[in-house]
Amino acid sequence: MSTPEYYIADYCTIRHHKVYRNGSCTYTAPSSMPLKEFTKGVYSTLEIQYPKFYKMDTLSKLGFLATEILVEKQQLPVETALVIANSAASLDTDRKHQASIVDPTNFYPSPATFVYTLPNIMLGEISIRHQLKSENAFWISEQFDAQWITSYAQLLLQSHKAEKIICGWVDLDTDKYDVFLALISKQGKHPFTAATLNKLYVEH
Amino acid sequence: MATLPEELKTKIIEQLHLEDIEVAEIGDDDPLFGDGLGLDSIDALELIVLLEKEYGIKLKDPKEGKLIFESVNVMAAYIEKNRSK
Amino acid sequence: MNTGVAITGMGILSPIGNTVAENLQALQNAQSSIATIEMIQTRHKEAIKVGEIKKTNQELATTLGLSDTHRFSRTAMLGAIAAKEALQEANITDIDRYKTGFISGTSVGGMDTTEQYYLRFKEEPNYRRFIQAQHAGFTTQTIAHHLGINGYVSTISTACSSAANAIMLGARMIRAGQLDRVVVGGTDALSKFTINGFNSLMILSDEVCTPFDHHRKGLNLGEAAAYLVLESDAMLQKTEKKVLGTVVGWANANDAFHQTASSANGEGAYLAMEQALAIAKLEPNAIDYINAHGTATPNNDLSEGRAMLRIFGQDSVPMFSSTKAYTGHTLAAAGAVEAVYSLLSLREQLIFPNLHFSTPMEEFSLIPQQTIQHRALQTVLSNSFGFGGNCSTLIFTN
Repeated sequence: MSTPEYYIADYCTIRHHKVYRNGSCTYTAPSSMPLKEFTKGVYSTLEIQYPKFYKMDTLSKLGFLATEILVEKQQLPVETALVIANSAASLDTDRKHQASIVDPTNFYPSPATFVYTLPNIMLGEISIRHQLKSENAFWISEQFDAQWITSYAQLLLQSHKAEKIICGWVDLDTDKYDVFLALISKQGKHPFTAATLNKLYVEH
Repeated sequence: MATLPEELKTKIIEQLHLEDIEVAEIGDDDPLFGDGLGLDSIDALELIVLLEKEYGIKLKDPKEGKLIFESVNVMAAYIEKNRSK
Repeated sequence: MNTGVAITGMGILSPIGNTVAENLQALQNAQSSIATIEMIQTRHKEAIKVGEIKKTNQELATTLGLSDTHRFSRTAMLGAIAAKEALQEANITDIDRYKTGFISGTSVGGMDTTEQYYLRFKEEPNYRRFIQAQHAGFTTQTIAHHLGINGYVSTISTACSSAANAIMLGARMIRAGQLDRVVVGGTDALSKFTINGFNSLMILSDEVCTPFDHHRKGLNLGEAAAYLVLESDAMLQKTEKKVLGTVVGWANANDAFHQTASSANGEGAYLAMEQALAIAKLEPNAIDYINAHGTATPNNDLSEGRAMLRIFGQDSVPMFSSTKAYTGHTLAAAGAVEAVYSLLSLREQLIFPNLHFSTPMEEFSLIPQQTIQHRALQTVLSNSFGFGGNCSTLIFTN
């Protein structure tokens, strides 16, 4: 893997209520702003009509927003695979569903909440939005592991399972979140290696 | 006091997170499903929860919902007839 | 044909048996486990039927020889027991001698423990050891630690296709030379969390489920753990091992249609089967039997049936059955449970019946196998589809 054929074409970070695309800050909000308002604010900058966004859980919203910012108006090939991981899985929504079945006098579990108690629903939302019918894998690991993501993504690319890949980290636990996605393709500025991916991850 | 159809519209918008839609945009006889509000099968299930939570009406079969959720007026009439709270 | 990756061990703990041998016996005797729930107190007791492993957490802990202060959730205990059986069958004792990995799928994780102790965390410090257990990754780490696996350990969470994806990932890593051997599969315990969630989706049946039947009313939830041991060719050359079968095809595709519902023409399922056949370098007519996902929800069976018709052709769909009426839908473990059943089909040359089928669906003329069949089987295809449009197919040969 010393001479990569693939490149990090674009990357997006959402962290500390700031949005970055390819290293430049494109949106910022006061750190005191509730996360729900922040995600709504980022959504409004996209200037798209996608009312389903409001129905998503926060994890899906973050993954959706980062993908929109990452790919902008480009048309992704159907064979764009998703290789995304996080640490807290869908814990944020799991807690909401759990809370709805604790009190026997107020026992109304919501189907719309329950469907998001799986972290890969975020991958489904991204796939629906961009009509990606390719491989989707969701991993749970303690922290962002550039080495693992790179080696698995390379495996998919080298075996022609995917033309492009969106890979990275979308983690959420209560109000703490950390989002970093990269679009891997045959063209780009940064060679697709674990070291580069990690460098871009820690950039902001 | 708001009429039942008006009250329902507010509750539907809230329950289904229809953040882009105002109460005034939903007609009493507009079809709720299909193109109108862009609702899907999960929204139908959420409306079933709404019936139980707000009006004490328990549906056993999701297919029943199809008829009841035809429009705000149809839904209001069903609630008037069957509500237990 | 693709030479595939060898399977040298399998283990399973399911509602129809505590070992591979017990599961085989129940499958041969058409013994379903589906009944009224006993182990969990739930308000839905009368309205649903489930597949339970009739062992208390205390009994499971005793089986594993755990101390009183252990942090194993039920999901972790089920997993550890099944994985141990798989390693035993593969005759692996020197676990750290070679590069050995553990890849496990789960969707519930330690949720069962959380809901049991949640309200008592405050008052009783003794239970706080389970707070961390809620984390899905913790379940996997706990099992890996118990097995003594210190190499590559990973958790996959892609709903009901999790275990199938774990098997696919393991096969790829063996192929790529990243691991010498790997334990792959999944585990999920029954919990109020899932019972209430699926109940809110109104897809739980109050009777024993009837996959592919016109009058199907929904699924039965189940709980299980199952694992396979995959080994590289180099490892096989080093040790003279009995090979149970080979995984030759694997693929995952997204349906890109809806968060939970499958598309009407089963696009994701179609793509997963098509690509798994391509990886296996097999034509559709090489498939002798399909262990279908067949959850018995109105949506899944129609969508999966249509996808099978598209792949195999109107009059050429191989013999198929769903084994969900034995175990219930074991969620993240289902792909591994059905991988074990597929391997048993190949070993015993048996097709296990699709229980409780009576009326063909209106939309097509597909009829599952209803009686046990002795057939010369070489190639079995197994489907596992999850929420989020996540569709996976595995192909096994003997």
